[in-house]
Amino acid sequence: MNPRRKKRLLAVIAIIFGVGSAIGLMLYALQENINLFYTPTELIDGKGENKEKPFIGQKLRIGGMVVPGSVVRDESSLDVSFKLMDTGPMVTIRYEGILPDLFREGQGIVAQGTLVEPDVIEAFEVLAKHDEEYMPPEVAEALKGIKHEKPKYNLNNEN
Amino acid sequence: MQFDSLNEFLAMGGYGFYVWLSFGSCAAILLALFVSSLRDASKLRNEVRAQMKREERIKKAKQQEQV
Amino acid sequence: MWKWLHPYAKAERAYQLCNTLMPYFAVITVVCLTVGWVWGLAYAPADYQQKDSYRIIFIHVPSAILSMGAYSSMAIAAIIALVWQIRNAELAVISIAPVGAAMTAIALITGAAWGKPMWGAWWVWDARLTSELILLFLYLGVLSLYHAFEDKKSAGRAACILAVVGVINLPIIHFSVEWWNTLHQGATITKFDTSAIDSSMLWPLLINIIAFAGFVGVVTLIRLKNEILQCERHRPWVRELVGRGE
Repeated sequence: MNPRRKKRLLAVIAIIFGVGSAIGLMLYALQENINLFYTPTELIDGKGENKEKPFIGQKLRIGGMVVPGSVVRDESSLDVSFKLMDTGPMVTIRYEGILPDLFREGQGIVAQGTLVEPDVIEAFEVLAKHDEEYMPPEVAEALKGIKHEKPKYNLNNEN
Repeated sequence: MQFDSLNEFLAMGGYGFYVWLSFGSCAAILLALFVSSLRDASKLRNEVRAQMKREERIKKAKQQEQV
Repeated sequence: MWKWLHPYAKAERAYQLCNTLMPYFAVITVVCLTVGWVWGLAYAPADYQQKDSYRIIFIHVPSAILSMGAYSSMAIAAIIALVWQIRNAELAVISIAPVGAAMTAIALITGAAWGKPMWGAWWVWDARLTSELILLFLYLGVLSLYHAFEDKKSAGRAACILAVVGVINLPIIHFSVEWWNTLHQGATITKFDTSAIDSSMLWPLLINIIAFAGFVGVVTLIRLKNEILQCERHRPWVRELVGRGE
């Protein structure tokens, strides 16, 4: 093979290999995420046809709605715990850190962490999910009848 | 106008960093692409012009040799 | 039926067509970009949930739409280049690719800057984000494949084949939010029936989409002109053109 063709062939192989492995890795990562994704109901009752339940200590992701009134903040640290639900049972999430700005009661969130008790998750990441609707506050109030104010969490409470 | 003062506009209700980061990098990328495309165009024209001059010189040199 | 198209397969005619179209695209871009940015940043109302951070939508959505739109046009040009062996179509593929890559990069960067305050993370390995990242790699792959060959004929063919194959990624990006359990929310604009976005926000968004489309048009035309000149640099018409100082 002459050197020019060899160089060209190597370049093509490198590009195909690079793109291929990138796509492969991403699909793998995606699959991993999907496999480990539970809703609160799936976590308690089991997931899929075999009703597989996660074991204690397993790393997983959970998505659901923050139960209104369940958010409890520790006043001296960043510790926070709240309950998550979808249609059935509730699951408790414990987290230490700063929550995203969209985190509020009634909001959909996705948490990633370890299962420490059958219905308690120690999360190391909490992400807020929002819907595709955008509107000014007045319209939201008129349309949905709800005022979206960030709930006040007695952070600087002096009692 | 949604904002009362320039400072308020820049602060974007506390999200200034993220909003201006997005708009800034967007403007930078658009501008860079536009300028580099125009630069390619003038570079290409200069190259053609230089080539034309070179050929003219060669032509003249050949004519002088013949004389 | 296609007769009126044939002259544009000739380089000189295509070059002239670019020149004719350019001013329209340029005017649209300048006007819409100015109006769109000022309206979006200063006059559109704040969102009820996301407050002022949602203003990133005015560049995030246009760049994301155009990143896919540019890819579809590139793939159509690639098919024409492969089937009818038209050189100009191949040059169009190479002219669109950097512009599309820029759009994809903007969509990813603005998405990250929006995700950090709202979701709580710059990046997540979510199906929507991942497939958009693959789109960036596809654009870069097409470009580097074209520049890896010294023989421009096989370079063009290789780049076109990758461009056509990569089309599979477009429906994946679009439907990723429905097929997978993504953190990214569903489509806003194409959900007309339920009006997912208030009209006071929809108008500036649409203007920005037109502005970005105009920008993609202008820069693609400039780059296509460059590519045509590069190819035809030894032809008399190019020399005449350059001699006239155009």
